[in-house]
Amino acid sequence: MKPPPFEYYAPTTVEEAVAHLAEHGYDAKPLAGGQSLIPMMNFRLAQPAVLVDLNNIAELSFIRPGDEGGLSIGAMTRHQTVEKDALVAERAPLIDETMPQIATRQIRSRGTIGGSLAHADPSAELVSVSVVLDGKFRVVSQKGERWVPASEFFLGLFTSVLEPEELLAEISLPPLPDRSGWSLMEIARRPHDFCLIGVVALVTLDEEQNCKQARIAFLSAGDGPMQAQNAAKVLEGQPFTPEVIQEAAEVAVASDIDPSSDIHATADFRRHLANVLAQRALTQAFERAVGN
Amino acid sequence: MSDLFNLSLTVNGAAYERQVEPRLLLSDFLRQNLGLTGTHVGCEHGVCGACTILFDGEPARSCLIFAVQAHGHEVLTVEGMGTIDNLHPLQEAFWEAHGLQCGFCTPGFLTTLLPFLEENPDPSEEEIREAISGNLCRCTGYQHIVDAVKLAAEKMRT
Ligand SMILES: Cc1cc2nc3c(=O)[nH]c(=O)nc-3n(C[C@H](O)[C@H](O)[C@H](O)COP(=O)(O)OP(=O)(O)OC[C@H]3O[C@@H](n4cnc5c(N)ncnc54)[C@H](O)[C@@H]3O)c2cc1C
Ligand code: FES
Ligand code: FES
Repeated sequence: MKPPPFEYYAPTTVEEAVAHLAEHGYDAKPLAGGQSLIPMMNFRLAQPAVLVDLNNIAELSFIRPGDEGGLSIGAMTRHQTVEKDALVAERAPLIDETMPQIATRQIRSRGTIGGSLAHADPSAELVSVSVVLDGKFRVVSQKGERWVPASEFFLGLFTSVLEPEELLAEISLPPLPDRSGWSLMEIARRPHDFCLIGVVALVTLDEEQNCKQARIAFLSAGDGPMQAQNAAKVLEGQPFTPEVIQEAAEVAVASDIDPSSDIHATADFRRHLANVLAQRALTQAFERAVGN
Repeated sequence: MSDLFNLSLTVNGAAYERQVEPRLLLSDFLRQNLGLTGTHVGCEHGVCGACTILFDGEPARSCLIFAVQAHGHEVLTVEGMGTIDNLHPLQEAFWEAHGLQCGFCTPGFLTTLLPFLEENPDPSEEEIREAISGNLCRCTGYQHIVDAVKLAAEKMRT
């Protein structure tokens, strides 16, 4: 199939882009890397009347140091650019580890960090990773701008707080706390495919090496990035013994996630995998935190 | 029909100017407007890899780029790699190691592997399999493709 006709604009500034979005409202869609939007248009699952192509807006593509050791990434920065960036590797090692897992190189050469987040696919690595890292998103429209914490940005399946006239412009990540360790683990039928289930964890230790804080989110485990708050409560204040880790994983599977069945895996199988992966990820995150 | 856009781009080193509708995919533009039918179209949702081209030197899915977006950019298709009389060593290796049967997937493998081998002249088997994980082949079972890549790496090193 081919996409139906649409009006096409290729602005070179954010100001022009948000003006087009304000004019066309629900009829318009921003076009970032096109790696999710164009497949949907080819299948006519999406039929926007107007496309506002963001690819010529240089000001949306950047990676720069943020405050106090944090990091700031422009929405139109391509997956591949983030993957190869030295500042990202230094300041956001979890992002650095995540990038090669997203799709294949031919997709990463076009796909963008902002597109992946705006698309709000519960299977997308960056969605859960941004929540676990406590990122903040700068959202702009003709009326001005607002900052939205990642934990409030995702509303459900392919749904975020973005209004039709708004653009996601920038992703800001705080520095990693001292004594913290991270892990991203997922199971996919083939490397680079969307995962059957995945988990991201960031743990911070206190001076006795007990858990001070745990931030955990599951991918492909419900309608959004599934934050495992109950599991985090099990861990807080506790030592990272295999028993505590096992209990946290079991609590997560029982009460924090809501996976569904499809042709690739049943919900039960996903729960089983989630349990195994959560234990592995928490163990890895803890071991890294001890070294940091 | 929506408005036509003036598109000028470079394909395989030659400059082209055409008028296109914005909804025209780059894959269809290459095949239908330029007659470069070496770029194949399998799935049109980014999964099969048959339509892979080099976009400013980077492998990309031409089914997931609108032709208008190539304005001012450089595209390399399989036709730009070698000629029938003067195959690229990578193409020669696919021929010699039986890296293809029906050939439908081959252009996408070749365009994916060209930058890969330039950056990684002596890849391990695992690296090769990872590099081709975004390209589907229904005929070969991949074994001979992996052999062809090893042979190509050898040829390209010397
Ligand atoms: C074969 C294949 C495999 C893939 N595998 C994975 C995978 O394993 N993991 C993964 O995470 N992703 C995967 N992806 C998706 C890929 O990462 C996409 O690039 C990404 O989800 C969307 O980014 P994009 O820049 O291409 O956005 P687009 O496709 O251009 O846009 C996606 C949506 O977001 C909106 N949008 C884009 N940018 C903005 C913005 N700045 N402000 C407001 N709205 C915006 C668009 O209007 C559209 O609705 C895969 C894609 C393909 C084709
Ligand atoms: S036709 Fe483009 S990836 Fe299949
Ligand atoms: S040779 Fe037939 S699909 Fe690969």
